[in-house]
Amino acid sequence: MLLKRLTEAIGVSSREDEVRDILREEVGQYASIRTDALGDLIAYKEGTGPKVMLSAHMDEVGLMITGIESNGMLKFRSVGSIDPRVLVAKKVLVGKDKIPGVIGSKPIHLQKPDERTHPIKIEDMCIDIGAKDEAAAKEKVKLGDCAGFATKYEAFQGGLIKGKAFDNRVGCAVIAEVLRHDFTLPVYGAFTVQEEVGGRGAGVVAYDVVPDVTIVLEGTTASDVAGIDPHLHATTVGQGPAITFMDGSVISSRPVVDRLIEVAKKLDIPYQMRRSTASGTDAGKIRLTRTGMSVAVVSVPCRYIHSPVSIASLEDFSRTVALVRGFIESLQEGGLEL
Amino acid sequence: MKELIEKLVNAFGPSGYEDDIASVLKELIAPYVDEVHHDNLGNLIGIKRGNGGKKIMLAAHMDEIGVIVTHIDENGFLRFSNIGGLNPFGLIARRVRFADGTVGVIHHEKLDNIRDLNLRKMYIDIGCSTKEEAEAKVSIGATAVIHEGVDLLGSRLTSKVLDNRAGCAVLVAAAQKAPKTNNEIYYVFTTQEEVGTRGAKTAAFGIDPDLGIAIDVTPTGDTPEAHRMSVSLGKGAAIKVKDSTIVTHPKVKAFLTEIASANDIPYQFEILDGGGTDAGPIHLTREGVPTGAISVPCRYVHSASEMIDLNDFDACVQLLVGAITADLSARF
Amino acid sequence: MVTETIRMVGWEEMDVKEFLIELSNATGVSGYEDAVAEVVKKAFAPHVDEIRQDALGNVIMLKRGTGDSPPKVMLAAHMDEIGLVVTKVEDDGFLRVSSMGGVDQRILPAAEVIVHGKQKLLGVVGAKPPHVQQPDERNKAVKMQDLFIDIGLSGDEAKEVVSVGDMITIRQEPTEMNGKLAGKVMDDRAGVAALFACCLALKKIQHRADVYFVATVQEEVGVRGATVSTFGILPEIGIAVDVGHGDMAGVSGTLKLGGGPGVGIGPHVHPKLFAKLQAVADDWKIDYAVDPSPYPGGTDAYAIQVTAAGIPTALISIPLRYMHTPVETLDLADIDKAGRLMALFISEVDAEFVEGLRCY
Repeated sequence: MLLKRLTEAIGVSSREDEVRDILREEVGQYASIRTDALGDLIAYKEGTGPKVMLSAHMDEVGLMITGIESNGMLKFRSVGSIDPRVLVAKKVLVGKDKIPGVIGSKPIHLQKPDERTHPIKIEDMCIDIGAKDEAAAKEKVKLGDCAGFATKYEAFQGGLIKGKAFDNRVGCAVIAEVLRHDFTLPVYGAFTVQEEVGGRGAGVVAYDVVPDVTIVLEGTTASDVAGIDPHLHATTVGQGPAITFMDGSVISSRPVVDRLIEVAKKLDIPYQMRRSTASGTDAGKIRLTRTGMSVAVVSVPCRYIHSPVSIASLEDFSRTVALVRGFIESLQEGGLEL
Repeated sequence: MKELIEKLVNAFGPSGYEDDIASVLKELIAPYVDEVHHDNLGNLIGIKRGNGGKKIMLAAHMDEIGVIVTHIDENGFLRFSNIGGLNPFGLIARRVRFADGTVGVIHHEKLDNIRDLNLRKMYIDIGCSTKEEAEAKVSIGATAVIHEGVDLLGSRLTSKVLDNRAGCAVLVAAAQKAPKTNNEIYYVFTTQEEVGTRGAKTAAFGIDPDLGIAIDVTPTGDTPEAHRMSVSLGKGAAIKVKDSTIVTHPKVKAFLTEIASANDIPYQFEILDGGGTDAGPIHLTREGVPTGAISVPCRYVHSASEMIDLNDFDACVQLLVGAITADLSARF
Repeated sequence: MVTETIRMVGWEEMDVKEFLIELSNATGVSGYEDAVAEVVKKAFAPHVDEIRQDALGNVIMLKRGTGDSPPKVMLAAHMDEIGLVVTKVEDDGFLRVSSMGGVDQRILPAAEVIVHGKQKLLGVVGAKPPHVQQPDERNKAVKMQDLFIDIGLSGDEAKEVVSVGDMITIRQEPTEMNGKLAGKVMDDRAGVAALFACCLALKKIQHRADVYFVATVQEEVGVRGATVSTFGILPEIGIAVDVGHGDMAGVSGTLKLGGGPGVGIGPHVHPKLFAKLQAVADDWKIDYAVDPSPYPGGTDAYAIQVTAAGIPTALISIPLRYMHTPVETLDLADIDKAGRLMALFISEVDAEFVEGLRCY
């Protein structure tokens, strides 16, 4: 199952190889494929008319090994933004060979009473791969290797799914699903790299492809959880794809947003507006490429992004696929004033 | 001048939603240029064709700071986020106005300590009692701007959004002087500056000018116990030395200084530690563009009552006209 | 009055160390790099085919390769330095300042500076003597807004020669210490010297590729020179040469001085370029260290990589202690090693290698 394979693959920013290979194999069945200087994967289905681009980043936040101690422990820093408090006592997989490791934590028995009131700093954490010393560790891992969380994808209660890297493998999977269908317009699937460290891949792809309209697919924050006031939920799991009017990096092109809402209503797809202006996406870079490009962002609501475990709704996922597909088909029928 | 500035500050145009201010500016600039068009980001671009001279891009951002609705609660209160830089303390009991004229009052939840104030603890009251009532007037994603009038204080003027409707007025006033020049002048009213100098980036890429000049406002250091700042009201047009997005090319700084001196235009130098302008993205376009900025000194920036001196305003217009009519062939 | 240093060697015979000393003595705050640009142009002129400067002042020097339709390799090192700018000339003649680039203001009290006004003026960053300090003052770091420059002139005299907006550089001559060099602006004039070392080495090695040596401007204020110079060249490969943190007390994850350059790995570095640099260093027995960074920013590589449709990029770092202080310290041997590594790498760049960079 594609979502399972994609989310269990390790693809920390700049090391997207495993994810890229899965997508190349999958999407290569329906589209021609190429890569660029940064490792972005660009799929293309021929057609006539204005160019549509669907874009999703392949990378996930993770860790980079920056030191190997004499006792075989690995020091690390985060790649992309991770709250250090979610790292403690988690399992990781290190490097291309996915060497299993754990981020250890001092047992409660050995802690002073007030220690538990302070979060543990990343500088004080280590990954333990069971190596007895530095030499043994160096046989398995190298400086610069990246580590991802070892979370497995599983069905959850309530029609929900649980796994890691829903931000943004769900976006990639939406595009892969949409590209199975045939369109009359030329459609590009841009699977970008390094979004989590500054939207690095998206701008160069947009510069090269020069699309007429782009939909950026994301797995975005759903903070519809205990202790959060309703007005701060951003998105709600189960209420359908979330359309962004404004986030930290972009103000979505209004004609595109309006058309998405029109299509959702026409096809009876439940949808929501993303009710937060915080955080950025690849859309920011694409919007400002060259002389400016029309972009909107559509997201699958996901709880607990940027942590080892996220939760989302399979129904939201398929509604997002339907919305994007419907959007392209509506462009084919009536065009769009941009 | 007051009428022009008043007309501009009253036009609706938060970042990303500049239609209204764009049409007001289009009407004002059209008689003085050969063509006017919009680009993908909504930048308004007026071109006065030249005759063998240099291509000059003048940029004044037409967007303003504002608020955007993110949630409508059961009792008809609106929750919101900021468009551009807003000081939450400056919003307490402040009125805002939506595009259709609906007015709202901003206030905040109870706080143990007023220092804990932030936008998430604030709301807009548009006088509705239920969610349905409110939804009939506004939707999620609706935008509103500060609602405040204009007052003349001798030679000084106070109003909301002189940042950057004063800059736009400088550009309009310069165009209205119908300056004779061989240079090709692009009068660009940019969008989305307040959320990251975005419009200027794409406009500059499309124009690829030989020289760029941004016109904006800049804060002053001439009020009681002010943050140290070399600019003062009444001391003339501010020639930018640097801000957080640009170190003005020494040639451009020298050029503007020369024009000011030669024409007896009062001027001062501006160093802005925190804060950027359209000059930033313009100078980094393609292979690089020599760029500078002329700033209108302005007190209380990003508040509901910003203040400029109309003599400084005139100095900026004169300096700009002097710059665009200069012979640039040997310089840029 | 500031006197000019006397040059001992003609431009044609200049070697890497002499060039670095010239560079360190030259001034060039971000955005105002003319003086140091002249030094760069004069030193490289005998060894390259073409020199030009672009709109922002980047110095772009081309050494042609032997291939037909040669691939373009761009090497970039920034020539600008952090410094100060005059924000006010007080009525008593003292100058108030703000920083240009990332200046740690704690290193400024009692520093000697040069104020670039209508003439070059000597200045001293005033420091309150202990006798008049409050008891707890020493526990607080000094703030930039409380600092002042003393140029020994009255208010009227000062206003004649100094204006708001004038630039200020730290005054420091390089000192040799056991094969190491300590001085100002080794960040990143050491990188520029490494480019020079590479250029000299390439005179003795065949290379197909066209090599663009670029002394960039305004790196310290936002990698701005690299942004526009890369767009003007659109190379097939871009290598930024900057400095990296050298071994110091109390800091971990650093590069050892004398252990050769750091070869960067991380989002900013193309994996095949990293592998190739590592292979060349191993084959030719050039000392180096793997230099991991999880974040792509902090050097010109950040701008080069995302120019236009994307550029395969790498980063070479010269180990440097006490970065952004007037006593930045490096090992000259690391610069030679970096130059040699880049020259040998370039000699192996051909059309096939470059094609392969777009295949993942």
